[in-house]
This record gives sequence, structure tokens and C-alpha cells, in this order.
Amino acid sequence: MDEVAARVAADLPPGVCVNLGIGLPTRVASHLDPQRNILLHSENGIVGMRGLAAGEGPDWDIIDAGKQPVGLVAGAAILDHEDSFTLIRGGRLDVAVLGAYEVSRTGDLASWALAGEPLGSVGGAMDIAVGARRVMVMMRHTDRHGRPKLVQRCRHPVTARGRVRRIYTDLAIADVTPTGFVVRELAPLVTLEHLQGVTGAEVQADGGGHGAA
Amino acid sequence: MIDKTCEPLTRALAGIEDGMTVLVGGFGDAGVPTRLLGGVAALGLRNLTVVSNNCGTGELGVALLFKHGCVSRVLASFPTQVGNHHFRRAYEGGGLDVEIVPQGTLVERLHAGAAGLGGVVTRTGVGTVLGTGKPVVVVDSETCLLERPIRGDVALVRAHLADRGGNLRYRRSSRNFNPLMAMAATLTVAEVDEVVGAGELDPDDIHTAGVFVDRIVRHGGGA
Repeated sequence: MDEVAARVAADLPPGVCVNLGIGLPTRVASHLDPQRNILLHSENGIVGMRGLAAGEGPDWDIIDAGKQPVGLVAGAAILDHEDSFTLIRGGRLDVAVLGAYEVSRTGDLASWALAGEPLGSVGGAMDIAVGARRVMVMMRHTDRHGRPKLVQRCRHPVTARGRVRRIYTDLAIADVTPTGFVVRELAPLVTLEHLQGVTGAEVQADGGGHGAA
Repeated sequence: MIDKTCEPLTRALAGIEDGMTVLVGGFGDAGVPTRLLGGVAALGLRNLTVVSNNCGTGELGVALLFKHGCVSRVLASFPTQVGNHHFRRAYEGGGLDVEIVPQGTLVERLHAGAAGLGGVVTRTGVGTVLGTGKPVVVVDSETCLLERPIRGDVALVRAHLADRGGNLRYRRSSRNFNPLMAMAATLTVAEVDEVVGAGELDPDDIHTAGVFVDRIVRHGGGA
């Protein structure tokens, strides 16, 4: 998935404020070009987060949303939770890159709990999915049993309805459009037929009009 | 001059009783008032409602309240974590009511409680199982949920610096929920690294005004 992380990083417009979800999306951080001044937000109150440098010890008062120690870039700001979620829902979070269990053809996101499990942990996922100006998902194309994660309707509990705009997987980049999933790009050696076989809803070939990230 | 420093710990926790709602600051292990929580757990209280983003890991902090059977209800956004065996055991043993609250909704419900507002109207949770059964409000053709305020009988918060009057400063991302919870309870007790004299904190640099803080204990103090 590192190629996917690198591609997500390359598609982020310069200067944007981005929240990377726990899990796979965290990997995007190590592919960001410092020259492009992308600000990483963590919902526990950091704007201007960075990974620890080699040999840099942890400061346990500086952690990310996954509770791992991180660093602060020059010019970083600390916010309390009130301001952090004001940023999220108030239109200042330009992009969220989230992990997911499933994404439906209408852009519903299922990412916080598994169907049938009595207890889930939602964290900030619902607020981020509702509040971010652009919601992108980065995930494997199928689950570990080989089942499609791009689906007609989500089987798992939904995080937010109709909010996902683009999905990056190990097999393809697809956009959610009014007519369903449109494939913008296929990974090397992947055909549209193969992709359709591992996707739970219709995938349409890109008819041009390639949308920018 | 007012001096809100309060020792021993039992005196700082006086008035906390069975059945109360306790707000606990912190996110993961950052900004958690571990000395205060150890003290509350040792009081042997029952039927507390705890409001905390997480439900503690290991043998410290909120985990102790579950270990000692103090909690009958918890409101949290992220209770399931590696190392949360005390919460897990309490939950699986029955008798623990868990309400999952989206983190930003938890924030705003606390703010409503702190600010004396009647509730929160938010898009977060619409069309999800967490929104099921909640009143729906349509504002400018946008469907929203009406969420109730949360207010604590007690707030236990963790700060870096305090002056004797209770003005607080936090450090790095251990600030998190602490300023909000400090304002949302009837009795607020702060655990801090260091206490300085009145006037030693610049009024422009104070994160939580001392008027919200009733008692102060030092982080390093005894049980």
C-alpha cells in the first residue's frame, strides 16, 4: 500500500490542511513533500503534526489520534478539543483521508464498527466525515476474505452518508459520481474486467473529465 | 489571596459521592489526571457515570474506576483499545451501560453543559445507528440531530501549571478535553505539575480561568 500512500500524497494540493485517519492513511504522512507545505491535523488538538525523526525520543504529551508519539513542525499550533472540532466541522479541514470497511456507490462510508459486534469505537470519524470539505478513502480493494469493499450498500454500520468523493485502493482510483463508481485509474496489470470482478457494484470506465484531487 | 491548593488527596476529593457524574479529561494517556483517579478509585464509590473520551488502559487512570467497580454508566467516543482489560471485563460482566458518542458531539454536548445551553444541533451522526431514536431538527433544509447537554457533578482535569487561584495552563496535546470539562461541572479539581503564586502567570497566557477551578492538587503528591 506504500505506492497508494505515495499517490495520495502526490494528489494533495499544496498548502491544504489534512486529517489522516488511523491505520493505512497514516502512511501518507511519510510521502509528503515538505516543499508543498501540507498541514497535518490531528483531532486531539494538533495542527502541524509530523512523524518523529530518527532517534528523536517521544514526548508523551504530543500524540496523534492513534495515541502514538509524534512531533510538531515549526509553526504548529495546539488546540483544545472544542477548537479542533470547530476546525473540522467549520470548513477549515480541506481534506480527510480515511480508512474504511466499505464505501457504497452513493458515497456512504462504513469505517467505525463491524456488523454484529456489540461495541464499536467511533472516535472523531463521524465528525470528520461530515465536516471535511473533501473526503477520500484509502483502503485495500477487498477485505481479507477477498470480499469487495466497494459495494452497492454498506453491510457494516455507516459513519456518514454520501460523503466519500474518491477512493484509492491497491487496484484502482475511483470517484463516487451521481451514476456510481467511475474508475479514474487502474494499477499496472489490472484490467477493468478484473476490477469489476472484485467490486460489489458497477464500475464505469472513465469517460474523460478527469477530476482533480 | 485565594489559595485553592488542597491536600491531602482525600480532602481534594471530598464531596464526590455514589451516583454522581464525573467528567474525566484526557485523550489516550495524554492529559489524564492519574493521581485524582487513583484517589477516586480508592474511595470505593459505586454507580458513577463517567464521561471520558477513552476508557483507560493498563493499571492507571480511568481503568482503575472500572477495576474497582465504581462505574455503572460511561459516555465515551473510543472505549475499545488494546490494553483496556478492566473496561472490557466490566462491560462483559454486564451492569455497565456504554453510550458511544461521536467525539465532536461529545465536545459540543459538554460545551452546551458548560455554557448553559439547551442542547446541540449537529449533522454528525445523521443516518447512522448512533442517531437512531434521537430528535431530528431541520435547519435551512439541512437535517440535524438534537443532542442533549452533558454536565458533571465533578470534573477531574490535568494541567501543567496552576497559580494558587486556579488559573491553568496545559502542555501540548495533553490539553485536549481538559479546558472544556473544567467548565462543565459543579466541582472542578485540577491535578497539575507545578503551582506558582498569583500574578506569576501572565493573564494573556491562561487557558482556563481560575473561576472554573475549585481545588488544585500536585501530580506528584501521595495517595
